[in-house]
Amino acid sequence: MDSPPEGLLPLSYTEAELAQKLGDGWKGTLELAYRWMLFGRLMDTRFLGLQRQGRVGFYGPATGHEAVNVGSALALQKEDWILPGLREQLLALARGLDLQGYVHHLFGNGTDPSLGRQMPCHPTGKPVHYVSMASTVGTQISQAVGSAYAQRYRGETGITAVFFGDGATSTTDFHSGMNFASVYNVPVLFVCANNQWAISVPVAKQTAVPVLANKAKAYGMRGVRMDGTDVVEVISQVREARASLLAGNGPVFLEALVFRMNPHSSSDDPTRYYPANWMKEARAHDPLGRLEGLVDRLQLLAPEKKEALRKEIEDMFRKAIAEAEVAPPPSPDTLFRDTLSETHWPLTEERDTFDRDQGGHFP
Amino acid sequence: MTEVTLIQAVNQALKVAMAKDPDVILLGEDIGVNGGVFRATDGLYKEFGEKRVLDTPLSENGIVGMAIGMALQGLKPVAEIQFMDFIYPAFDQIVSEAAKFRYRSGGEFPAHIVLRTPYGGGIKGGLYHSQSTEQLFTSTPGIKVVIPSTPADAKGLLLSAIFDEDPVLFMEPKRIYRTATGEVPAGDVRIPFGKARIAKEGSDVSVFAYGSMVPQTLQAANVVEKMGIHAEVVDLRTLVPLDVDAIVASVEKTGRAVIVHEAPKFSGFGAELSATISERCLYSLKAPVLRITGYDTPFPYALENLYLPSVDRIARGIERTATSA
Repeated sequence: MDSPPEGLLPLSYTEAELAQKLGDGWKGTLELAYRWMLFGRLMDTRFLGLQRQGRVGFYGPATGHEAVNVGSALALQKEDWILPGLREQLLALARGLDLQGYVHHLFGNGTDPSLGRQMPCHPTGKPVHYVSMASTVGTQISQAVGSAYAQRYRGETGITAVFFGDGATSTTDFHSGMNFASVYNVPVLFVCANNQWAISVPVAKQTAVPVLANKAKAYGMRGVRMDGTDVVEVISQVREARASLLAGNGPVFLEALVFRMNPHSSSDDPTRYYPANWMKEARAHDPLGRLEGLVDRLQLLAPEKKEALRKEIEDMFRKAIAEAEVAPPPSPDTLFRDTLSETHWPLTEERDTFDRDQGGHFP
Repeated sequence: MTEVTLIQAVNQALKVAMAKDPDVILLGEDIGVNGGVFRATDGLYKEFGEKRVLDTPLSENGIVGMAIGMALQGLKPVAEIQFMDFIYPAFDQIVSEAAKFRYRSGGEFPAHIVLRTPYGGGIKGGLYHSQSTEQLFTSTPGIKVVIPSTPADAKGLLLSAIFDEDPVLFMEPKRIYRTATGEVPAGDVRIPFGKARIAKEGSDVSVFAYGSMVPQTLQAANVVEKMGIHAEVVDLRTLVPLDVDAIVASVEKTGRAVIVHEAPKFSGFGAELSATISERCLYSLKAPVLRITGYDTPFPYALENLYLPSVDRIARGIERTATSA
């Protein structure tokens, strides 16, 4: 970044405060946070561009959500499980999800781990404990309770962290999940990334409760609103919540207030509903810009190192995209696999007549 | 072997599975201390404790969502939906999640859950304690649908369901929970899915039924037997997977087919059976396929005996089909 944009809200931590909030390794933590948040920002720019060029079918950017994703990734541990909402792909990548596999997924290739079956930005990542998501909003929330129940039942030390947006707080599964989690006192961390928009509907029309964290009270649960554009705050809050969960103090609800800096998805035109000052306010809360300001002020990364990092990330994308663009689509036989563990005969017959039904032209 | 009722057989299957595998967890409304409103889980809370027999809040989507979350971690949850009429809040979890998890994750996350639910009429339960809506689930790829009609099948099929790898909807015919009795093998004896049972052999007409319509159909078959009509009664046991070979073999033998179910006729599972028979057995058929079903209305209270296929209605249908030229 050449110079911070006008109005950007600075992160004013002193070194002592950072050491207190993030621990002794705070410099390394911030470097990692910067790396992954830059990675997310460049990824969104890159793939929204590819979508606009018609090279990928769809893209769901998470610009403005980087600190929630990366802060959570840095605070959570390997043994924890993630049930994602719509905008947590960066979290999966920061946990080690294979980038090439993810890019294959964005292109709908046969080499996508989910075999090109889902729309882009719906990856599956069992190796990094990142559960495959549905596009239906909120259904993962009640599932998190069962996942955490299983972890505790088996005496494991991990937690389940479930992510969703402000719109999801209106769903039945939000209510069920919050309620069940409290009743069973299981180690679930609820993270609501409140970007203040559910497609075009502002949060004030979603709920009459201005601070979503207050909803936790109705479930006998601790609820905290945090600045979701401040990665230091996110790391610190998620770490604290995780420790509390493992101590058996019951589920925690974290509301991360963020500002959506992009359309809902590549299919959306926010000029139809964003108020005139929205983008200005959102840019003032740009999580990457705020972290970069802090990193610059404390001289944690030399300008040439930042430039090298940017180049390294861009090269990774370039290489992954080049490989994905020439990879073949899923083979037709993948249509007939994985619906059930064994193929039911109607599907076997459909597979067996596939070549006859699909092949060639009418004379 | 001793005689038990169908509900006792369900209880035995749960007990055997829980004793065998600590990953088997039960959850549902009133299933703990109370042992379930029909007593399917009677004694299990006491025997296996509150960590394995969970009384849940009153929320079907929460129950099924929680079960799916357990399954993602490799547990084998068996959830009870107190009445099938109450399953609809969980429809999103079943259709959007459980049925699609394996497929959408390229096989990474099979969501193996069992949903036990009492279904069907004949207990004066009115609109909301009587429905039979298997067709909503048989038309959703990714979920198996199992409906026993005898104690032995209830136990053997439920054990198969619990140790299966796919989501299973296990529909229990509550009308015959206590009237269907029979001997049940001890221990973990499983009955494989996709194998229909010839409940009565016959040569003149094939009658396909499942669940609580099986005993009704057997009685009807005995009625027409006195008229010299030998009906073959085929208990389908599992709708998904469906034993097409048994269906075809029976129709090819008799040349006539009758289908009996409680659910409404239009777009019911009988339509699938009828289409399958016409696709595969058209040249064996001597008469049109007949469906004897509930009427195409919500389920009535006072007039449920007229709504449900009665022994008399089934017998008349069999006779008509068996004697039409």
